[in-house]
Amino acid sequence: MSGLASRADRARGLCLPLGGLLVAEAAARISGLDSTTLAAPSAIAGAGARAALDGSLFAATAQTLGAAFAGLVIGVVLGLAAGIAFGLVRPLDRLMEVTVELIRPVPPVAIIPILIIVSGLGFRTEVTTVAFACIWPALILSRSAVRGVEPRLIEVSRALRLSPLARIGKIIMPSILPNIVVAVRLSVGFALIVAITVEMTANPVGLGYAMIEAQQALDPALMLAVLLWIGGIGWALNALLLLLAARVMGAAARQAPSP
Amino acid sequence: MSVSRLAWIAASALVFCVIVAAWQQAADARVFSPVFFPGPDRIWSALHRGWTQGDLAARTATTLGHMLVGWLLASVVGVALGAVIGLSPLASAYLKPTLELLRPLPASATIPVAIALLGLGESMVLAVIAFGAVWPMLVGTMHGVQSVEPRLLEVAHALGMPRRRVIRDIALPSAIPDILAGLRLSLTVALILTAVTEMMAGGDGLGAAILDAGRLMRSANVFAGVAILGLIGMAGAMLLSILEARCLRWRLAS
Repeated sequence: MSGLASRADRARGLCLPLGGLLVAEAAARISGLDSTTLAAPSAIAGAGARAALDGSLFAATAQTLGAAFAGLVIGVVLGLAAGIAFGLVRPLDRLMEVTVELIRPVPPVAIIPILIIVSGLGFRTEVTTVAFACIWPALILSRSAVRGVEPRLIEVSRALRLSPLARIGKIIMPSILPNIVVAVRLSVGFALIVAITVEMTANPVGLGYAMIEAQQALDPALMLAVLLWIGGIGWALNALLLLLAARVMGAAARQAPSP
Repeated sequence: MSVSRLAWIAASALVFCVIVAAWQQAADARVFSPVFFPGPDRIWSALHRGWTQGDLAARTATTLGHMLVGWLLASVVGVALGAVIGLSPLASAYLKPTLELLRPLPASATIPVAIALLGLGESMVLAVIAFGAVWPMLVGTMHGVQSVEPRLLEVAHALGMPRRRVIRDIALPSAIPDILAGLRLSLTVALILTAVTEMMAGGDGLGAAILDAGRLMRSANVFAGVAILGLIGMAGAMLLSILEARCLRWRLAS
């Protein structure tokens, strides 16, 4: 019964996207669309296929994902380090409170112009901006998770005379792992957004620049094809991370906050 | 607020002042090039000059306007759509898959499309901000409405309450905590997208101002603009947490 109902629901869910596609295609065919802003779905698919065949789409994807991933790793590692330090040493956390709360609300993209001055238009600017955006979720989630670690575990580690590093590696890290996964999930979304933004404003490579180039070349089919491709990447990354989260934490992962 | 808490805040403010003073010393000693990192004194004078003689105040107002209007648009659409999807399984079946397809789309990637469709004007800026900021609100409202105490809905049903009143008097009030959480996340997203779209579209907001200043290597002006953007973000978050405390007082009381 539930299988039947969910099949009907699935069919209903497909109505809007498929209907929209058909209407768009029909409207474009009937009106003989020749626009600089819109394109028929078939033209978009054609442009996407051409970009995929000549390899430019995948080269741009590699550039974008490479920079996003590099920034993500740097940001999450820095955020984790600071978060664990702040969680373990309360006075440090309290002393840095004003500084952190003053820097945190700065929108990550606002530091792009600063980085343009410091490191020019390029890869380093992109990675640094992504890293800046990814520090905060890791810092905040790991800080509160460290405070929530079962105190008896800490006592055990004291009784065993574990060194501080061993304590972090053997007790703290395993028990805050689920929060780290949530932080990474949040950060991946940010990383992709920020990477594409930087490519549009300050680092003329990758998918962000590919979209701008297509828009300025008045090639709406290619522009929309890249947009859909980016959406597909975002969707695939999210699905991948959900899978990862489910493996790490079980079914509770599905309730985790989404970006 | 306890005395020790105040003391810690004072101490941490002192730490911040020490950092700024060290930065000033380093800038005076030319540890790093003043072209890259201006000292706090130069940033302050850029702020002061821009605010009193330049157009910094007007630009801040423009940016605030973009952010607030885009955010309001997103809030209205997000709460309405979230309530409909949360309350009606049929609407959810038709709409949710499409929304799930749109949601992972990085908002900044929609900027070139929005520019192609709407040009470089205000409507483009607002559309991009609203599109990006709508998701936290939509998800929050949906979740809040779906987790309404079922007995309340049964009572409403038994009383023969019309659907509109069920939404207004039961579903939305009990979804308020989730809606507020969505509002807060959306505001952050709205500020980020305001800065990005202003950078892309030019015009007279702060985003365009700092990008232009960056390209002209006027680092003090860049830092001044970034500081204002940070203050806007901080003020927004503080106002919302005050609002949250107000709105949720009845929850604590009951």
